[in-house]
Amino acid sequence: MSKRTPLYAEHQALDARMTDFAGWEMPVSYPAGPLAEHARVREALGLFDLSHMGQVAVSGPDALAFLQHLATANIARIREGEAGYAPLCYADGGLVDDAFVYHLPGRYLVVVNAANAEKDLRWFDYQRSGFDVTIEDLSEQTCMLALQGPRAQEALQPLTPLPLEELGYHRVAEGQVAGAQMAIGRTGYTGEDGFELYLRAEVAVAVWRALLAAGAPLGLLPIGLAARDSLRFEPCMPLYGHELGPDITPLEAGLGWAVALKKGPFIGREALLKERLEGSARKLVGFEMTERSVPRHGMEIEIGGAICGHVTSGLYAPTLDQFLGMAYVPAEQAAVGAEIGIVIRGRTRAARIVKRPFYTPSYRR
Amino acid sequence: MAFEIAPDCRYAENHEWICVEGDTATIGISDYAQQELTDVVYVELPEVGQSFGQGEPFAVVESVKAASDVFMPVAGEVIEVNASLEDAPEFVNDDPYGDGWFVRIRIADPGELDGLMDPDAYRAYVAAQAS
Repeated sequence: MSKRTPLYAEHQALDARMTDFAGWEMPVSYPAGPLAEHARVREALGLFDLSHMGQVAVSGPDALAFLQHLATANIARIREGEAGYAPLCYADGGLVDDAFVYHLPGRYLVVVNAANAEKDLRWFDYQRSGFDVTIEDLSEQTCMLALQGPRAQEALQPLTPLPLEELGYHRVAEGQVAGAQMAIGRTGYTGEDGFELYLRAEVAVAVWRALLAAGAPLGLLPIGLAARDSLRFEPCMPLYGHELGPDITPLEAGLGWAVALKKGPFIGREALLKERLEGSARKLVGFEMTERSVPRHGMEIEIGGAICGHVTSGLYAPTLDQFLGMAYVPAEQAAVGAEIGIVIRGRTRAARIVKRPFYTPSYRR
Repeated sequence: MAFEIAPDCRYAENHEWICVEGDTATIGISDYAQQELTDVVYVELPEVGQSFGQGEPFAVVESVKAASDVFMPVAGEVIEVNASLEDAPEFVNDDPYGDGWFVRIRIADPGELDGLMDPDAYRAYVAAQAS
């Protein structure tokens, strides 16, 4: 039986279409529809229930050392009040998960993918020996909401005494929103300005309603998982299970900026160092369909008559009005401008490799 | 969920409608089907002159989420396709019984129409599915 977030009844009241996602019954879209929801986040404001995501608190004297051991990124650079992206690798360089790490007073909040949450906790447990850390799974008692779009600050400010103007990109603070204590990060997964909120499940309904009400005059729509996917796709933010997986390294995925090979030892460093020195065998590329059709996850890539890769994500990109995809191809065939074929229902359709990201995020800095 | 059912059509179990005009017919997908799909972003149509058996997939409709086959309610030969869907797939959502039509066919065996649902039967069928 699928799990439900504390906001399940709210989604039902809004007439959401529900779907099973990673064992959770989640809204895939609301009556406005995925395209309208997508546009609204780009142009104004959207509210997401992301309570399926996993939250793990890591604290204790060795909290930083432990996270440095697990993550490829340099966690020491995430000072208190800051947040950062952190790929987590196996020894062979394959990805366990990709996490967002929030450095709060006295602890780190590690936010992981819903589908990986149980696996990650077991992984953390296997890796903890020798580290004086406390690892707490907060997923059950934590509700995660995202308020995203160019009008996010305008909507949120009246509900909180925190001066949001001072809460810059990838910063985090603790404070009250609509009377409820929570962690507020200026983070997101849409390519727009916005906030992610981490609060106790008991106050979720009240906060959700307060945000809906505050955002309504600014055009706020509730946003389902379908638009969440197209919103993260256009700025080419990777998704575990698609662009990322246990047989994919962060270097192949174009996440070299989050692989700090010089920070000291971490799990996967030797494999990633070797890959950095020798070059990746394959690379993640973006492509546009030059022949109209919709590329989808798992479809094969054909170059010069040979199958040499697969599509990781593909869809109609609403902001760009194009059919776009991402795919892994051999590194020597990954040049921008290269003509490739996508095998769609037995027919090879023409596409061309283009620069990533497709959509340039518009963050506040 | 509120949805419309065109009175002058017959319906197949996969939610295609067929509207008969003599020995030809127009085919599309129902209002219920388009609501289930959500926003349609692409429609792959067959070529004029292609023939399909009853229940065979003849088109693909792609929503934001996924690709779905569209099946022939009765056997026939495609005599016209709705080329406007190439640039305006949203017609399938906006006007499923009008501008959102898929193909016109020449019906191979009018007897196959008898196995399809009339509007009342289709309404009951959808209600049973939704519950």
